[in-house]
Amino acid sequence: MSQAPSHHRYVSADRRVREDRRFVVGKGKFVADMALPNTKHVALVTCPHAAARIVSIDASRALKMPGVHYVLEGRELAAATLPLMTGLDTPNVPRRPLAFEVARYSGEWVAAVVADSRALAEDAAEEIDVQYEALPFVLDAEKALEPASPLVHEAHGSNVLLDKNFVWGDVEKDFAASPRKLSLRVKWGRSSTVPIETFGVVANWDPWRDMLDVYASIQMPRYADQIGLALKIPVTSVRVHHDVDVGGSYGVKRGIKHTVLAGYLSRRLGFPVRLIEDRLENMRGGDAHGPERLFDVDVAFDDAGIVRSMKMRALENVGAYAGRSPFQLGKPIGAIVGPYKIKSVQYRAIAVVTNKTTQDAVRGFGQGPTNLALERCMDEVAHVLGLDPIEIRRRNMIRHDEFPYLIPSGTTYDSGDYHIVIDKVVADSGYENLKAERDRLRAQGKLAGIGVAACLEPSGGNATFEALLNPAITTSTFMDSCRINVDGMGFITATMHTTSSGQGHETLLATVIGEVLQVDPDIIRVTRPDSLNSLPSGTPVGSRMAIMLGGAAFHAAEKLRTKFTTIAAHDLGIPLERAVYAQGNVHDRNAPAHKRTWAELVQIAYRNYHRMPAGMQPGLAVEHIYQVPTGGTLPTADGRVQMYPCFSFEFHLLLISIDPDLGRPEIVSYRLGHDCGTQISPKIVRGMTIGGIAHGIGAALYEEFAYNDDGQLIAQTFMDYLLPSSHEVPAIEIFDHETPSPYTVLGQKGTGESGYLGAPAAIANAINDALRPLGISTNTLPIKVSKLGDMIAQAREKIKAKKDTE
Amino acid sequence: MRIELDINGAVRELEVEPRTTLLDCLRDQLALTGAHAGCEHGVCGACTVLFDGVAVRSCLMFAVQAQGSAVTTIEGVTPGPGELSVIQDTFCETHGMQCGYCTPAMVLVAHALLADNPEPTRAEIVDAISGNICRCTGYAQIVEAIALAAERMRGANRPKDARK
Repeated sequence: MSQAPSHHRYVSADRRVREDRRFVVGKGKFVADMALPNTKHVALVTCPHAAARIVSIDASRALKMPGVHYVLEGRELAAATLPLMTGLDTPNVPRRPLAFEVARYSGEWVAAVVADSRALAEDAAEEIDVQYEALPFVLDAEKALEPASPLVHEAHGSNVLLDKNFVWGDVEKDFAASPRKLSLRVKWGRSSTVPIETFGVVANWDPWRDMLDVYASIQMPRYADQIGLALKIPVTSVRVHHDVDVGGSYGVKRGIKHTVLAGYLSRRLGFPVRLIEDRLENMRGGDAHGPERLFDVDVAFDDAGIVRSMKMRALENVGAYAGRSPFQLGKPIGAIVGPYKIKSVQYRAIAVVTNKTTQDAVRGFGQGPTNLALERCMDEVAHVLGLDPIEIRRRNMIRHDEFPYLIPSGTTYDSGDYHIVIDKVVADSGYENLKAERDRLRAQGKLAGIGVAACLEPSGGNATFEALLNPAITTSTFMDSCRINVDGMGFITATMHTTSSGQGHETLLATVIGEVLQVDPDIIRVTRPDSLNSLPSGTPVGSRMAIMLGGAAFHAAEKLRTKFTTIAAHDLGIPLERAVYAQGNVHDRNAPAHKRTWAELVQIAYRNYHRMPAGMQPGLAVEHIYQVPTGGTLPTADGRVQMYPCFSFEFHLLLISIDPDLGRPEIVSYRLGHDCGTQISPKIVRGMTIGGIAHGIGAALYEEFAYNDDGQLIAQTFMDYLLPSSHEVPAIEIFDHETPSPYTVLGQKGTGESGYLGAPAAIANAINDALRPLGISTNTLPIKVSKLGDMIAQAREKIKAKKDTE
Repeated sequence: MRIELDINGAVRELEVEPRTTLLDCLRDQLALTGAHAGCEHGVCGACTVLFDGVAVRSCLMFAVQAQGSAVTTIEGVTPGPGELSVIQDTFCETHGMQCGYCTPAMVLVAHALLADNPEPTRAEIVDAISGNICRCTGYAQIVEAIALAAERMRGANRPKDARK
């Protein structure tokens, strides 16, 4: 772990995380812990077909059951509410909480039952008789593109939601000029981050105050706006409570459909309504699946392994409706060449609908899949040239003295020192020892491979990919904010304006403010006002909060310092330039004993208006609304734009050993080089990073929302959808490096997606290195034990048969 | 039906439906909300409680089955308002959590492990928590928390020169 730089007192120090105290005693306040009086519970009736017309719904038996209050059908809800907000202009692909007329995936919600308890609601759901007429369906993205394919949304006229082609630089010329080319097809399987807490919401409509109170396990930008729009009520009648602890999200807690459903029911019925998904509802119909992406990549390179140009086609299977998922093809444009100096790029992004569960945002927002494709290519380039995979990356990487570095798609990378991070990881013969260990394992009859991957983590959340993929969107403002109040007794309260799901934002806020004000962060109270009392916040997406909330807090604290200093200078009768702020007190530079203490300044600000500088507002309240650094521009006509201000770097190096008889992979060792600039809270950064690798291990080896040919999700419990346990996640050695970002207040970059963005690529590369002696390879994730075992067995039989015939 | 449950050292009389899980009973009827529902099919371990000192999944048991046994929840291992057990404190020291949802269960598993085995190896700690899924941390800082707790508990109330 890196040491705290001497110029910071609290930032980068190895301090505790304040949120932890409530969690270790079970006193987190999660949505399921909300107990409003008279709350009723929702259970859902789901469609058993991949696609079906809803012929009739008979709820009469259910409604006669004791304790059952209501059964809501899609027809009623569609008449009373507007479809949910989507990112693309696809008016004929409406998305609603309950299917209306047609259900488009197995598990889609068709009706909602409200009862005194969840158990009674589940009992009643079983008594609802829905008649369906099964419809033709399509599951595969490539098939969905075929003209003869069934249409998921007939009125839309095709299954294509998005098809954009970008050319940045002279791709054809660079390809023609390159002596070597290589093509690769890579597939990222449908998985997600699957938090242990399912999504949940409690909605309570108060008709006498015209107020919908919402408590939810949510991580969703513009959540209150979307609720108000769909329910057709003013957003001032929606009060989202931000002090609900979220039991993990990693992008996916986007339960807008759940909230509109519960909100409507509460308004309709006049009591609080609670909808907490059970695991089955979550896996099938929670609309929280992640990317399922097919890449066709061509790269052009020379004999030295310098990659000059790339053509990438990405086909995304977004499932039945368009949430924000098509935009997940857009974010990777901001780091489309990874850490490499590829001069020109053609990128075609296609999103199609199919009869699978709807996707929503998942950790990395599409960056992990793109990194997989790019890093598999780099390994193959190294292989065909007989070069070392680390060496080829070094040759292609942007050098430290080339930053800020403009990539072909219009984004400028802020800073980095990729070569030195690699040096740290391979130092002390780390790489040589690893190769020796691989060879030793191979000599023992194991299949063993070394995996390498390098990648960037775009951070800061300048989401101009929205405007890039949908010209009707002109959003260039991406902000976060902080309010600090020093009260009349001199105590400090700071606010943040969103929920958190484990990122330690209260600690972040207190640490940054403590640093600027030179006071112990532990004495700073952090609160989360509800949405009606909040300043704008973009919520914790896009690895942005260290940069954006940290930036807002830093600037607010500076304003407060300035106010203290100004009041003191006035009261001391000295020019402002001579007033020095030190640990809450202000003194005269020329006469340090001539000073005003914190308590005296509070006294002046609150009670001695006659001592205040003319025109200054009384009190000590400040706020800052912070626009994303380097943001504020829209895409050019040729599709270039600055996305995300900061680019963290990670370099993975691991050794994998595969039992050739069982096909079972075991990660023998794992090293990670990581540079996210200044680490505000090292404990948090380390946890996020190792946790990200654990997610990456899952995506690479275990986790898949697998469907059978009938369109049924067959991995719908944790018995089939396998999550890495402590046995599957090895000890991970992290080598930190800090290249501060020139664009942020403390040099910090993002880390919320670290580890996850590169681990799947590194693991895939390790497995391919292990399989190479057998003459086989795989480019489809997840690489499950069963698949690996079969591949190895077939290859060995083939080799044996060949030997026998010789 | 009417049952008597020994929860955190106190006997409570309750009326429960036979089908009510121990988890739902703890949360909904006894307001002991430190046990969390994760999968409700016995895989994730977020609902873990101690059953006569052994870590079990409260989502896989009916409340009626808990009669005659001592059930300990996270609320039962917390020494008092504002006070942490050694294990709870080391989880804070290493930041052995993020979102906190699986954390009470992890702490209880650690209590059960260290009660049996005061000097666990890393492999034994990994094995002990392998039935509890954490999606945030990748487990490293949880393992470190338990190892640190073991070290501190071994050192507690012993002459200084007897400590390792």
